[in-house]
Formats: sequence, structure tokens, C-alpha cells
Amino acid sequence: MNTNVIFTYLPEYTEAFVLTIRIAWLGIAIAFGVGIISAFVLYFKIPTLSAIVKIYIELFRNTPLLVQLFFIYFGLPRIGINISAETCGIFGLGLLGGAYMAESIRSGLDTVSESQIKSASALGMTRLQIFRFVIFPQAVSVSIPALLANVIFLLKETSVFSAISLMDLMFTAKDLIGLYYNTVECLLLLVVFYCLMLLPVSIIGGYVEKKVRFGMFGV
Amino acid sequence: MSDVLRIENLEKRYEDSIVLDDINITVKKGEVVVIVGPSGCGKSTLLRCLNGLEKIQEGSVVLEDQIVNPVSKNQEKVREKIGMVFQTYDLFPHMTILQNVMLAPLKVKKRNKQDVQTEALELLDRVGLLSKKDKYPRQLSGGQKQRVAIVRALIMHPEVLLLDEITAALDPEMVREVLDVVLSLAKEGRTMVIVTHEMQFAKAVADRVIFLDGGKIIEEGSSKEIFEHPKTDRLKTFLKSFTYDEQ
Repeated sequence: MNTNVIFTYLPEYTEAFVLTIRIAWLGIAIAFGVGIISAFVLYFKIPTLSAIVKIYIELFRNTPLLVQLFFIYFGLPRIGINISAETCGIFGLGLLGGAYMAESIRSGLDTVSESQIKSASALGMTRLQIFRFVIFPQAVSVSIPALLANVIFLLKETSVFSAISLMDLMFTAKDLIGLYYNTVECLLLLVVFYCLMLLPVSIIGGYVEKKVRFGMFGV
Repeated sequence: MSDVLRIENLEKRYEDSIVLDDINITVKKGEVVVIVGPSGCGKSTLLRCLNGLEKIQEGSVVLEDQIVNPVSKNQEKVREKIGMVFQTYDLFPHMTILQNVMLAPLKVKKRNKQDVQTEALELLDRVGLLSKKDKYPRQLSGGQKQRVAIVRALIMHPEVLLLDEITAALDPEMVREVLDVVLSLAKEGRTMVIVTHEMQFAKAVADRVIFLDGGKIIEEGSSKEIFEHPKTDRLKTFLKSFTYDEQ
């Protein structure tokens, strides 16, 4: 193994790393937004919207991200909507993640007991207030392990972005291997950078999980 | 004394079975009405009908001049005037004791935070739980949680307080601390409707006792009339089930 090669490739990898993280976090932010709204719609069984959300969730959970990206990247221009590879990556990840987040939050919402809702409504709170102050915070704390698993899953899913020629970590590695055949070094760097991206999430996540998990209030 | 709560010809059905049948009760200001009866007689259901948590099929529940039941769209507006404490306390586990108490006055009544906090601390002090204000519900005993639940209802300044078997889930040695609080509320003239299995307590606190069986009011009177001179056989049998004298 040639250590000099590793150092020469560092700038390329760093650039790809920054791009991957930018797309990933924007996508994950969208995923949280979409997930919370979808879970809200399902929880309150809002007519028509519920049906749409259900179809959306099933569609996106049961197709691979690669296929979704192809649809968005190559399909939308055909109906006259042109978007950049980066925007495509962000929204692709956001929509895929939204479906998973929605299910995780919904399962958390279901764990909040009927008696909590009764005692809150006995205090004169509206349905929206009950959702915001009583149900949602408890649901999120229950859902944290699942949400965290989703975040890690989505960060790893970024590796398919190379298929729509985004210069992410995977693309860079494949590109450099193709050019110079330093396969071992390139793959090693790939592993290191993915770990660099994911380890902090696991560590901070584990800490947050301990802090706010349901039933742990006040320990 | 003026009427606070009027229940007229109330009927509650689940599909074909009648749970509550032709209930008529008028609660005056400052009056403590205790509802007793065997399990499954509809006591708790009746209490939940009184703040609109349960829908009714016939009749009406009116608080002063506002209709509580049949349930209308702006139910929250009238419900905040009716405090309710449940058997299972149902404090919000993700909030501290002080936050639990302050949530409704801040969000529902949109009161000033400073005022609410001052009042919350006073009320917690009154039930002897000031030192627990920053604890979470799971760090408190059942009796302490139930006292917090009472404070959480009181801070909304309800016209009437509904207590639904509030000592039923407590260990025997904690029953007293909760009932003492209720007794002091009765003394200061709070209007209350109480469902309980504690007959000694009912005797001590009630201005009027209602005996409910099979969804109907069987007997009604002062606590002396009900506990010492029961008229109907059903009430006599019911009261006997609480004593352990040789037959």
C-alpha cells in the first residue's frame, strides 16, 4: 500500500465528503419535515390527505432509492421540469426518508395512552394543543432509537448518488480507481470517510437516546 | 344558593345497552355531591358525561348557562371550567411537576407566566409538595402524584371539580393524604362531584349522596339519610358489603 497516494487523494475525498454531508443533511432535514407532517395527517386521520400519505409511504418504502432517483433525475425533465443532480439527490433522500420517518413517528404517537389525551382535554386543551404539548414530545422520545436508525440508514444511502453523477464519496472513489488503479488505497479512504461521517452520529445519538428516552424522564 | 350544574334526563347508551337512564341531578354552588354504587353501575361514565368526555344520547348537562353535553364544537371553552381528576393521575411524564401544573393556565388561558408560577407554587405548597416542584412524575409516590393532579385541576379555577375514584389506585397508607386535601377543599366551599369507594370519606365530605345502581339513581339524600337510614333493599345490601360484622 502506498501512503503517499493516500495523501494525494485527500483533497478530492474531502471535497466529496463535504458535498455528501451537505446533501445528506439537507435531505434528512426534509425527511424530518415530511415525516412529521405525514405522521400528523395519519394520526388525525385527515380525510383524503391520509389516503395520499399512505400511498406515498408505501410507494417510497417499497422501491429502492436508486430507482426513485432515476425517476426524478431522468423522468422530470421529460415533463419539462429540469433540476440539478444535487437538488435531485436532496429531494430523493428527503422523500425516501420522509416515508421512514413518518412510520417511526406514527408508531411513537400510538404509544401515548388514551388517558393522557383525556386528562389533557379535561384541562380544556384543544386537539392541536394536546398534540403539540402532550402527545408529540412523548412520541418523539419513544421514537428516538428508530429515528436515529433512519438517519444512519439515510446517510449510508447517499452512496447511490454516484448513479446520477453527483461527485459524492462513492463517485470519487470509483473515479480515482478507474483512473489510477490504486484500488486498496481508494477503498480504504472510502471506508475511513464513511466512518468519519457516521461515527459521530452514532455517538451523539446514543447520548441523546439515553437523555430523553421515554420513562427516563427524571432519572 | 344558585345552581352550578344541572343534569336533566340524561341517557347514555352503548349500542343497545343503556348505561345511564334518566339521570336528574342539580348541584348547587359550594355543594359536595358524592356518587356511590357497585362497580359497573355507571358512576365513572356519568362523571365523564359531566365534562363532555363522553357523549350522551338524551337529555342535557348545563354548567351555569353553558351547554356541556350534548357536545358542541367549542367544547374546550366550557371544559376548562370543569376540573377533573382521574383514578390514574395521568400527569404528563415528560414534564416536571411545576410544568405539569403550569401548562394549562399558560396555553389554554394564556395567562401571564409570572402570575401562574406564583399561584402554582402557592398551591403546591398548600398540598405539601413545594419541594417536589422540579421532580418528574415518576419520582413521586402515587399519593403525591394525585395531589399534583388536584393542583393541576385547581389552578384552572374550575366552577366545579369532578373527582373520579381518585384513591382507588393508591396504597392504603396514601389514601389519607389525598382525602385530607379534598376535605379541605370541601371546607372552603368548592363545588365538587365525587365518585368514590371510600364510604367513611363519603360520609365525612358529602352534603348529598347519590346511590347509583344499574345506571339509575336508586336513592338520594344527606349522608346521614343514606348511610344510617337507607330505604331501599339495594342500598342496604350495598352498604352491607362494606362491613365485616358476623352475619
